[in-house]
Amino acid sequence: MNEDDLRGLIGRVKNGSLSRRGFVRRLAAVGLTAPMATQILAIAGAAPAGAQSVPAYRPTRRGGGGALKVLYWQASTLLNPHFASGTTNQDSSRVFYEPLAGWASDGTLVPILAAEIPSRENGGLAEDGRSVTWKLKRGVKWHDGQDFSADDVVFNWEYARSPGVAAVTSGSYRDVNVLKVDDHTVRVEFQQPTPFWADAFVGGTGQIIPRHLFKDFAGPNARDAPTNLRPVGTSAYKFVSFAPGDTLRAENFANYHMDNRPYFDTLEIKGGGDAVSAARAVLQTGDYDYAWNMQVEDEILKRLEAANRGKVNIVEGGGIEFVQLNATDPNREVDGERSHISTQHPAFRDPAVRQAMALLIDRNALEQFIYGRGGPATANFLNNPPRFRSENMRFEFSIQKANEILDAAGWVRARDGIRAKDGVRLRFVYQTSVNAPRQRTQAIYKQAAQRAGIDLELKSVTASVFFSSDVANPDTYTKLYADMQMYTTTMPQADPERFMNQYVSWEVSTKANNWQGRNIVRWRSEEYDRIFRESQGELDPIKRAAMFVRMNDLVVGSNHIIPLVRRPTVSASLNNLRHVLSAWDLTMWYLNDWYRET
Amino acid sequence: MTQYLIRRLLIAIPSLLGISVVLFTVLALAPGDPFEELATNPAIPPDVRANLRASLGLDDPVHQRYLNWLFAMLRGEWGYSFVSRVNVDQLILQRLPTTIIVIGAAQLLALAVALPVGVYAATRPYSLFDKIANTLAFVGFSLPTFFTGLLLILLFSITLDWLPFVYRAQIDATGWRWWWEHIRQSIMPVLVLGLFQGAALVRFVRSAVLDVIRLDHVTTARAKGLPESTVTLKHVVRNAMIPVVTLVALQMPIVFGGAIVTEQIFRIPGIGSLLITAILANDTPVIMAVTFVFACLVILFNLIADVLYGWLDPRISYR
Repeated sequence: MNEDDLRGLIGRVKNGSLSRRGFVRRLAAVGLTAPMATQILAIAGAAPAGAQSVPAYRPTRRGGGGALKVLYWQASTLLNPHFASGTTNQDSSRVFYEPLAGWASDGTLVPILAAEIPSRENGGLAEDGRSVTWKLKRGVKWHDGQDFSADDVVFNWEYARSPGVAAVTSGSYRDVNVLKVDDHTVRVEFQQPTPFWADAFVGGTGQIIPRHLFKDFAGPNARDAPTNLRPVGTSAYKFVSFAPGDTLRAENFANYHMDNRPYFDTLEIKGGGDAVSAARAVLQTGDYDYAWNMQVEDEILKRLEAANRGKVNIVEGGGIEFVQLNATDPNREVDGERSHISTQHPAFRDPAVRQAMALLIDRNALEQFIYGRGGPATANFLNNPPRFRSENMRFEFSIQKANEILDAAGWVRARDGIRAKDGVRLRFVYQTSVNAPRQRTQAIYKQAAQRAGIDLELKSVTASVFFSSDVANPDTYTKLYADMQMYTTTMPQADPERFMNQYVSWEVSTKANNWQGRNIVRWRSEEYDRIFRESQGELDPIKRAAMFVRMNDLVVGSNHIIPLVRRPTVSASLNNLRHVLSAWDLTMWYLNDWYRET
Repeated sequence: MTQYLIRRLLIAIPSLLGISVVLFTVLALAPGDPFEELATNPAIPPDVRANLRASLGLDDPVHQRYLNWLFAMLRGEWGYSFVSRVNVDQLILQRLPTTIIVIGAAQLLALAVALPVGVYAATRPYSLFDKIANTLAFVGFSLPTFFTGLLLILLFSITLDWLPFVYRAQIDATGWRWWWEHIRQSIMPVLVLGLFQGAALVRFVRSAVLDVIRLDHVTTARAKGLPESTVTLKHVVRNAMIPVVTLVALQMPIVFGGAIVTEQIFRIPGIGSLLITAILANDTPVIMAVTFVFACLVILFNLIADVLYGWLDPRISYR
């Protein structure tokens, strides 16, 4: 089916001559999945009016729900979203501050401080893709009674991009231009046509702080703003008290801009401790309503769930645990730099070796014995939202096949059982961060590789070193001074542009850019670069989705990237708590709709 | 006396300086930065991390960072936490009361258990009571606090459901209820810490009393026909207390350290848990400040012990 056919079909769905079900069936007949088909309809503007990305909210009046108690085993330490360097801090800021829109779990945008989501139809999105106009909701009040307006939005742009402030969010704001059209309209202008327009003012990095309280602290004195620790936002809950690293308390905001919300009278977020006892406090004793990020073995969670007080929530997102096979040579120095881009990995440059490596990891075993529900096996690097998921990739575990491939490629076993060819031995340093499931994965991989005549030398680096930006340290993951490495990368937005730019050639991590380039595996492909560039300017969502599918197939197909398991977010909550979770946004992204069923 | 104090305080200054240099160098050599969580998040460009590092001065040479820290410290500025951007002294002051209350209660419990048990055991050496007390004491200080803590949680929180295992510094209640809630949640951590400390003290008190009980003045007192209780309390315990008081004073800084584990288990927002989270986040200013406070405590309590020792036992003079 070509693009014109698809467009014709979508047109028929829009004018009603073809049912949505019929559309999905036809797409399924040509090999597209049902979720992909419905997503195509949704982004093409043919979704039914009743389609809800957010579950219905039932309480009929504001307040009266008592206390909501939330447990985070990592305590939050600050309450300014522009300084929040971790998700816990972003989450606790999000209790008070709101963005213009948030990402629902199906990857669509939901308006929060915006009156509506900009689209072609409502004139929000410019035809040339160079600007987006946000209409702001009227009648929104800050917790201190002041009116929320376009000035606040513009101020956040100035604040976040100011070098003196050194905001964590600056990446979303420095390349755009923001204009106030009128008191309730703001226009974001881009330097080039931008299909992924929903970055500034959206989601976790889009939280808007009040101009009237921060305007005197928009430079190097940003740290001194008293509101950094006593936030005044627009959200459903207003600030009561905060002890950094311990407890955050909030209460019902009577002038909240959504009807009948919030349900709870007070909110308490307690931090600290460990994940297992947090799971226990929800699932077993029921002392708390919700516990964040259950990095606990699935076996234990299942045992705790047996108490029947609470349940484990698994929300699919884009996080993925994967292995990188270094495209460059980590053992040779060029201009004083290892893994130099001018070199090629002596063994991994042979596609047969890479293919064998991909065949030697038993992903089903990882899912079954290590990660459980927290890590379904996958063949794709880009897994979600479903409209971007490739159907072309398959994974397989076969030691026999790996052996055959290596035999055919001329890699012969030496006396010690390790294969070699032209003086190159299949002996690889395999590094990752210290973490129990990762070390077990390493062991499984090593065992299988051994049976194919490949020796893996396992190396584990403590996480604070592995993930640091310390240029002086040779063991950081961005340097990749090893043959292969493994970690999880997350995809915080429902758009894959930022996610997939980690394989373009101009992002290669080198000494010249202080190893800050995002292409760590240093794999380069002209076709990938070209498609990525095109996708950056492609305004047609359907074509763009196809481009990302192709990019996934290119990089996964090259076997330089071996996806292992998806990492959905896992949390625990009491059975009667109704929450709205999304892996594309923060835990607290729709806190206003949380309630308890009685 | 005053001269002695001044001299001791002056000696403390180079020690503190030395400690700070060592601490700072070790921390500077330890790799990592407070922005680990930004690392795998593709929404945040890597150069943002680099800018953050630069803005916090993490890229300056070590000696320069140390001098900056030292001069700020001399001016009374403790610096601010990289992670929470709050002044460090504020962070510490916020947590000090909780730490002092929990540790203080634990120390009181330890003394309340150790003194009577130790004295009673020493007055009847090798009796059944002495044997049982000794065995329990050995068991008590051999079991690490993280183990006994988990054991208590499993018993009292999970199985019996009597006590909460999450410590909440702020409680929405007034009057008796407030007190009751605070006491209820403190029972387990105080028991864990107090019994651990108490077990070691029992052994110490016992041997101190045994040393004194054979001295001539005790025999004399007994010979005068004084009742046994008077002999024990007035003539034995008072003398035996001299080394015990010193030990308790010297142990105070160690107790602060021992509480780190307990605070983590019960989610007590004390200094210990502050130190742990700061270490995990590579938050250098907080680590420096907290460890520096510990160092000051060690020196201070050493001084107090020395002074107390001389005051309790006139044979030791200040020179």
